[in-house]
Amino acid sequence: MTKMNRISALFAEATEPILNVYTTAGYPHFEDTMTVLTALQEGGVDIIEIGMPYSDPVADGETIQQSNQASLDQGMSVAHLLTQLKDLRQTITVPVLLMGYINPVLQYGVEAFCAKCAAIGIDGLILPDLPMAEYEREYKAIFEAHGLFNIFLITPQTTDERIRHIDSVSKGFIYMVSSASTTGAKTGISADQEVYFSRIASMNLKNPRLIGFGISDHESFVKASKNASGAIIGSAFVKLIGQATNLKAEIVDFVQSIKGKI
Amino acid sequence: MSFQVDEQGYYGNFGGAFIPEMLYPNVEELRSRYLDIIADPVFQAEYDALLKDFVGRPTPLFKAERLSAKYNAKIYLKREDLCHTGAHKVNNTVGQILVAKRLGKNKIVAETGAGQHGVATATVCALMGMECIVYMGAIDIERQAPNVARMRMLGAQVVAAKSGSQTLKDATNEAMRHWINHPVDTHYIIGSVVGPHPYPDMVARFQSIISAEIRTQLQEKEGRDYPDYVIACVGGGSNAAGAFYHFLDEPRTALIAAEAAGKGVNSGHSAATTFLGKSGVLHGSKSLLMQTEDGQVIEPYSISAGLDYPGIGPMHAHLFESGRGKFYGITDEEALVAAVECSQLEGIIPALETAHALAVFEKLQAKPNEIVVVNLSGRGDKDLATYQNRLKLND
Ligand SMILES: Cc1ncc(COP(=O)(O)O)c(C=O)c1O
Repeated sequence: MTKMNRISALFAEATEPILNVYTTAGYPHFEDTMTVLTALQEGGVDIIEIGMPYSDPVADGETIQQSNQASLDQGMSVAHLLTQLKDLRQTITVPVLLMGYINPVLQYGVEAFCAKCAAIGIDGLILPDLPMAEYEREYKAIFEAHGLFNIFLITPQTTDERIRHIDSVSKGFIYMVSSASTTGAKTGISADQEVYFSRIASMNLKNPRLIGFGISDHESFVKASKNASGAIIGSAFVKLIGQATNLKAEIVDFVQSIKGKI
Repeated sequence: MSFQVDEQGYYGNFGGAFIPEMLYPNVEELRSRYLDIIADPVFQAEYDALLKDFVGRPTPLFKAERLSAKYNAKIYLKREDLCHTGAHKVNNTVGQILVAKRLGKNKIVAETGAGQHGVATATVCALMGMECIVYMGAIDIERQAPNVARMRMLGAQVVAAKSGSQTLKDATNEAMRHWINHPVDTHYIIGSVVGPHPYPDMVARFQSIISAEIRTQLQEKEGRDYPDYVIACVGGGSNAAGAFYHFLDEPRTALIAAEAAGKGVNSGHSAATTFLGKSGVLHGSKSLLMQTEDGQVIEPYSISAGLDYPGIGPMHAHLFESGRGKFYGITDEEALVAAVECSQLEGIIPALETAHALAVFEKLQAKPNEIVVVNLSGRGDKDLATYQNRLKLND
């Protein structure tokens, strides 16, 4: 644990907008997890967010819900995923986050889960239904002991006071939800959203920000990156891999096209 | 031991507010204001007047003589089936629509299982001129068709939840997603004592009128203001919470909850959460939850749409864990037998949910002088298709 967390290193060194791509574990097929990760890295992704599938993902729209269910139907679980990722760091060098809902983590055991994540080389967690108050009361010490960053979300409705508090507790980056919505509900960036982005940019937070929800192509990626360190793509990517006929090649193309490299 | 919610929104080990940040502003606004809103005398007056003149309260406490004779105890039925719209659910929706108004909301979203909460929500939305969207599992839309028609007649939009088991759990997911997508103008009227704090407490308070009336009515009829037993069915647990509320700290009253055991507690087709569940998080609170070892929610089963839910409210999880409440698992068959019995001995056709509570008489072994109050949470009209089918009433 002497090394700097990969997320901090990335943001410290990045010269171009950071692209974080979300993918659902075990999707489109149970054994695809590592294939997808490798292709993402080959395409030039900066951060990978792996979704741990859950039966009741309330913050997610249809695309991610269906990928979660498809993965569960093939037998995916937290334990299986951690096994699939056991040699993660033999090939993947970019920061990796696990995203998921709190219940499967509780059932696995928070302490055991964090220990396993640290051993594998996971850099942080995004647990949207783990609220700040619960995190601070029960989990912060465990996460920190294992060097895991917990990434918090803010939305256009989050008050300045709460944003300041989230900023003070956060490490790595703050996940800025572009509009009040579930994932995949909207695409594109409106003028209103740009006002919100620049309002937050002018708050001079200590943590960098990535913008997610509604980012689906090069144009929206560039727009979002004007007022943040980069952006996060989820549903658009999950849709792509759900339909891909040549998984690896299409993923590489997708990442490069988002980054404007092709 | 306290059975009320604490400052952090917990009942013992259960409760809390496990919600995504997108819901935080709405839930926090509600949390910081609901107690003041409810305590406001103007609110109280408006709520009481609506309960009296619109809902038809107080509902009678009826001495069920033939059931009493059969089970050799003093059995009373608290007639929530006589509430406007046919179930206790309206006590909560009247309260919450008044809260929504004070929060400046003009649109309502709700989930429904049996359709009773959906109808009760559509009803108060019509009354107050608010837009109403109700999510209902695709399977429930089929098995509770009369209530779907009622909601539409009342002007509500009924949307089918097509994910998962296509029942109450999935309708709740969809209602929450709708709220995430419409955070500014919409209030979510949850139909039971579930969801993130402060919902369980707020809904319990609105339903507590049931036990407040039972106390007064028992005092008149029996010269004492508590029963030996209160029995209620538990889906999420709102009618039970209301029937138990004023007896939580009354050690002379046993609190009895009936859960849906479906085809048998261990049949793999059940919704008996306290028997099959472990501590977990669903729909914004930590409670007992039917789930796999991996923490995936198990799709429950019950003949009764209103009890077909994989969790229970955190208050009930605490009553169970602390031993204050006693829980029975009632099978589909037992509920059907009890529904026929209540119909033919007392002239009251109960809802299928309620029938689970009535099936507890068989197991209770009350003594002859003991007073048993059953919360007759709803009437059976909505279930006639199931009764016709299962009891072969048309042959
Ligand atoms: C008549 C009746 N009783 C009981 C219930 C179960 O809900 P709760 O456990 O919240 O009372 C329902 C739910 O639809 C109902 O319609």
